Amino acid sequence: MNFFLISLLKTAIVAGAFMTTLAYLQWIERKVLAHIQLRLGPYRVGFNGLLQPLADVVKLATKEGFVPSHVNTFFYVLAPFLAVLFALISVCVIPFGPSVEIFGVRTDLGLADINIGVLFVLAISSVGVYGIALGGWASNNKYSLLGGLRSSAQMISYELPMAIALAAPLLLLNDLSLRTIVNEQAGFYLGFIPRWSVFQMPFPQIVSFLIFLVSAFAETNRVPFDLPEAENELVGGFHTEYSSLNFAAFFMAEYANMITVTCMATALFLGGWQPLWPSEFGSDFVPVILLLAGAAMLFYHGVFEPIQGRKWDRVSFPAFGAIFAGLALLFLIPVLKPILVPLFWFIAKTGILLFLFIWVRGTLPRFRYDQLMNFTWKFLFPVAIVNLLVTAFAVALQGQKN
Amino acid sequence: MPQLNAVPLSWYLILSAILFTLGVAGFLFRRNIITVFMSIELMLNAVNLSFVAFSHQLRQIDGQIFTFFVMVVAAAEAAVGLAIILTVFKNRQTLSIDEVDSLKN
Amino acid sequence: MDLILFVIFAVLAVACAVSLVVQKHPIGSALSLIGVMGSLAILYLLLGAEFIAAVQLIVYAGAIMVLFVFVIMLLNTGAETATGRSWPSRLLGIPLITIFLGLLAFILQRMAPSMGMVRFGAFNTGAKEIGRSLFTTYLLPFEVTSVLVLIAILGAIVLARKEID
Repeated sequence: MNFFLISLLKTAIVAGAFMTTLAYLQWIERKVLAHIQLRLGPYRVGFNGLLQPLADVVKLATKEGFVPSHVNTFFYVLAPFLAVLFALISVCVIPFGPSVEIFGVRTDLGLADINIGVLFVLAISSVGVYGIALGGWASNNKYSLLGGLRSSAQMISYELPMAIALAAPLLLLNDLSLRTIVNEQAGFYLGFIPRWSVFQMPFPQIVSFLIFLVSAFAETNRVPFDLPEAENELVGGFHTEYSSLNFAAFFMAEYANMITVTCMATALFLGGWQPLWPSEFGSDFVPVILLLAGAAMLFYHGVFEPIQGRKWDRVSFPAFGAIFAGLALLFLIPVLKPILVPLFWFIAKTGILLFLFIWVRGTLPRFRYDQLMNFTWKFLFPVAIVNLLVTAFAVALQGQKN
Repeated sequence: MPQLNAVPLSWYLILSAILFTLGVAGFLFRRNIITVFMSIELMLNAVNLSFVAFSHQLRQIDGQIFTFFVMVVAAAEAAVGLAIILTVFKNRQTLSIDEVDSLKN
Repeated sequence: MDLILFVIFAVLAVACAVSLVVQKHPIGSALSLIGVMGSLAILYLLLGAEFIAAVQLIVYAGAIMVLFVFVIMLLNTGAETATGRSWPSRLLGIPLITIFLGLLAFILQRMAPSMGMVRFGAFNTGAKEIGRSLFTTYLLPFEVTSVLVLIAILGAIVLARKEID
């Protein structure tokens, strides 16, 4: 019974946190893109546009959920549902932190630890294509159909290099459970180089990490691989005929996929919650220092150098500075420290990867479709296979030595 | 009265038999080449289920290995079969089995 | 718990299989087949075959069926139309299938007392055991299958290439 209650509680927390991240990821993306393009981005609704996600949801939810008369209604409604389902389900095997003790109860930070975690995520991501493909087909519109076709061909092609790139670190780490994988990456070479699989001997997995990232861009239909929704060729791509919450569901699925894929990359390649350098050299104090620096900056700008014509900043900047300082103090409480510090490292790595996704969107133009296919079949796939072979040889040679 | 925490092996086999029969039915009654092809996949799946069930019963892994091989062969078969279907459609603009009968006349 | 899960997913699998046979449009059949495969994956988990369950989803639902859906969408021929030329299969098929199912059920019934119970956790096999078995006992079949897949890839390319030129 205890186990049941704890699991329920953890599920509620993870679901809440995940949904909030999902909503705010879009705000962050709009802000970052705006600053890349020298704009301000959303700033009207709430402090610096912080309530923008809420406003968007309200806007979309109150719109008419229009079902065109020429569509196949059953599949038309089913498609966004499938997309969201497959996007959200794989989060349950991702470990967020080590096993910790809260109020005398020992539990893992993460929802479930299954023996075939990596395969589970692969399976779900390979089924994930149906949402988009079905949506495109059921819309009964040639642009949507083209979008759906492109997306299924693209996802099935990029699945291959991604799976092979995943196999290489698995050779080093020797397990399929994501928690064990992260635990295997603990420790340091020479006392300061982390044993993450990107650095792990006998063969550092930098190449396969890059291949995984590129395939992840394609799997989540992000720029520069967002051919299924290329608006200058296909109107709106697979979601041309969708409106209201059905439309929002596709977006939610895209962002959820982004988060899951970056979490996977963090757990498999970047050592999950393992810190960048040993705690003897003070890695536990990184979050405190970062948050305090943020707080100091907010105080300085709010009190001494407010932006012209924005009176509210005098109040809101110091208020947010106080919140940041409070968060920094949380990291110093001895009871919370073993929970929060690993979580910080996990979130920081995932956040950096997510930022990379947004950064690339602001930087790179879209591929042409033949370039996209040539790139995966003629470049990524052979490189991934060579990388896997070299890793296998390295592991076998090391095994002989021992 | 069956226990709640265990399932008789025969139930798995009966399920497999039902699925196989439905596959045969689809194979016989449907006129679309792709649907006929999918019925074959359904039969393969039904057989896989009994393989895995027997593997559990005998506490041996060989049944699962067999399933694995069936899946690989099914993948190869799907690739070639769908290519053939594409070619048939290109030459005849139809997917109905009844129309593809040039060997008959 | 085992029994409840088994009943739920067995019923789901049978319902999806019936829908495969009944649906008029191939894409409906394809989705029903994916439903069957998904429920079978969960039944494999109940039988302790974790690796096979994952491979079932990755290979069957994630690759083969995507290919089917892709081809159905590409050809986009619409629902099946009855030509009326297949009456012999209906006439002979229905009784034959009934007899076939009856025979299978009869044989299974005769064998039933000698068969055991399936308990979750009684026999779990992960990827490790499968891999070891594949690369030792079944190495030759494994290699032969890989050659088969290679030939299939070549065949598919040759067949599909005609369309371009």
